[in-house]
Amino acid sequence: MTEVTLSNVVKKYGALQAVHGIDLDIQDGEFVVLVGPSGCGKSTTLRMIAGLEDISGGEVSIGGRVVNDLPPRERNISMVFQNYALYPHMTVRENLGFSLKIAKRPGAEITEAVNEAAQILGLDELMDRKPAALSGGQRQRVAMGRAIVRHPDVFLFDEPLSNLDAKLRTQMRVEIKKLHQKVESTIIYVTHDQIEAMTLADRIVLMRDGHIVQVGTPLELFNAPVDTFVATFIGSPPMNLVDGVVEDGQIVLDGGVTLPVPTTAGRLSEGQAIKFGFRADNLMPAGHAVDEDGAVYELDLAVTLTEPLGTETLLFTNMAGVEVQGKMFNPRPVRPGEKMNFRLMLDKCHVFDAQSGHAIRR
Amino acid sequence: MDRNQAHRNRRRLLKTAHFIGLFLTMLVICVPGLWIVLNSFRPTVEIMAKPPVWVPSFTLDHYRAMFAGAGEGGVPVFSYFRNSLIVSVTSTFIAILIGMSGGYAFARYRFWGKNSYFVGLMLFRAVPGVALSLPLFIVFAKVGIIDTHFGLILAYVAMNVPFTIWLTDGFFRQIPKELHEAAEIDGCTRWQAFWKVEFPVARSGVASAGIFAFLTSWNEFALASQLTRSVGSKTMPVGLLDFTAEFTINWGGMCALAVLMIVPALILTFIVQKHLIAGLTFGGVKG
Ligand SMILES: Nc1ncnc2c1ncn2[C@@H]1O[C@H](COP(=O)(O)OP(=O)(O)OP(=O)(O)O)[C@@H](O)[C@H]1O
Ligand SMILES: [Mg+2]
Repeated sequence: MTEVTLSNVVKKYGALQAVHGIDLDIQDGEFVVLVGPSGCGKSTTLRMIAGLEDISGGEVSIGGRVVNDLPPRERNISMVFQNYALYPHMTVRENLGFSLKIAKRPGAEITEAVNEAAQILGLDELMDRKPAALSGGQRQRVAMGRAIVRHPDVFLFDEPLSNLDAKLRTQMRVEIKKLHQKVESTIIYVTHDQIEAMTLADRIVLMRDGHIVQVGTPLELFNAPVDTFVATFIGSPPMNLVDGVVEDGQIVLDGGVTLPVPTTAGRLSEGQAIKFGFRADNLMPAGHAVDEDGAVYELDLAVTLTEPLGTETLLFTNMAGVEVQGKMFNPRPVRPGEKMNFRLMLDKCHVFDAQSGHAIRR
Repeated sequence: MDRNQAHRNRRRLLKTAHFIGLFLTMLVICVPGLWIVLNSFRPTVEIMAKPPVWVPSFTLDHYRAMFAGAGEGGVPVFSYFRNSLIVSVTSTFIAILIGMSGGYAFARYRFWGKNSYFVGLMLFRAVPGVALSLPLFIVFAKVGIIDTHFGLILAYVAMNVPFTIWLTDGFFRQIPKELHEAAEIDGCTRWQAFWKVEFPVARSGVASAGIFAFLTSWNEFALASQLTRSVGSKTMPVGLLDFTAEFTINWGGMCALAVLMIVPALILTFIVQKHLIAGLTFGGVKG
């Protein structure tokens, strides 16, 4: 049973505070992804769990044991680094077996464990090479192999895929997910790529400036963002946000469009400045929409730019002076400047307070 | 066609110029050394001859005299060689041990006054050895370690440590810190992580530092000539002076001893050369 618990964990670098009191409960066997923009404290948090960084305040426990003052070797964790950190003077075989050798396990056991890991990751051919003679993807695999050989309680990944090209990244993403299904260990994974977070995570922890903004399953974050930051960070393309105010119980966008969104049920007050948010999937041209129930608002918009993606085409247009994106399913060619009749799915829309950015009505 | 020809000619010309330039440079560097080796094999008359004798004759007289005289009142080469070896090897070993630890500390840890300390170490290198010889002589004489191996070793360690720190600091700095972090996660203590991962990776750098330190001690003259007095502690560079009498200089004997000095240094350099090159092109090591 290896749940990982952070309670009020703080990290200070002198006067600079990198992590501001993080609380997080990670279940046994859960795949948790820490995601957020660069410099938000993801790596720092992960390194505190690993024991590579002193903890300035709060408590980290692994498997019910407080580990604040334990060195990394006593935490029974593995870590895969962004630059892989393979030992350059050892062969792949020695790299894989290093941890077991340090633990003074018998030779036969080491050989067996190393071969097993090599098999899982398809490294058999490479065992006698040095890391310098491996490609980026192969190094990445060796790094993962080194992590699984010891059967740790918790795997820590710090942006393990960011040095790979796009195609290999997608491929390794799938392999990591398979690996998780196979080993069933707890995994904490750091990335700044929201797609990686969405595809891999059981639960996403979205961070900003050393704070946790929202924790939840990928769909929870996608469908119910707590503020505009989450709304624009998760999902691709990011959620469209248009400024507006509440007038006569309706939402009036800056360009003069009045949306029949009932504001009485929510916590909106008359005259309140808001941001109106909707995803590209919920703004579709008539005739190219997926049928959905609920209130629909129709409006004519001129398309400025198109991005064909195959099964769908992204349409760029202007609403209330802001560039927004819509989606066209079963696409046909569209000329820039063409006026189209769009359908906005009002039930799927979000309203945020303009000042604080907090979500108001979901 | 013509332009191709012109281009080819120009390239050939450049190549020749390049070659001549290299040749001249190497000439300037090598001729004195070569001259010493040649002179050690020539009879004294020929060395002193004016105009110089261009076609050398060959004799082992100087070596015979040097080695034969060792036991019986001549220049005690074997003692000098032994002294040089003891002092250089010991001081190099200690300087590497201290310097490597220091270099590692500078590369990996943050501590108060780190930068000023580092600059201070480098400034220490700027003081010429000769300027130190008199104060050192007085202090050593008071403490009673003048004319001992220990005293000379101490002086050389002090001389070599800053440079070793500077060099190894550079090498350790190039090793990503994730390497020791990975080792620590893999179950190593900090100490094990250093010896099993960081040291082997930096080995070539340490070897380069070692050879620099060794050559410095091996060839040092200014301090040794002040701090050593007797056969028991004089090193070879100081021993060279034994060939000067009041009015004459035994050039042939001097050259023979110089050759004896050069040979071990040369052999050592050849042995470590592979590491040296690997060390100086260290950037190739990637995590
Ligand atoms: N050793 C350090 N000394 C001082 N400040 C540091 C140190 N390491 C990190 N920081 C600061 O702590 C903050 C969080 O850094 P961290 O490395 O955790 O970011 P991150 O979320 O991993 O970003 P990235 O996606 O770029 O890796 C940053 O503002 C960074 O400048
Ligand atoms: Mg990071």
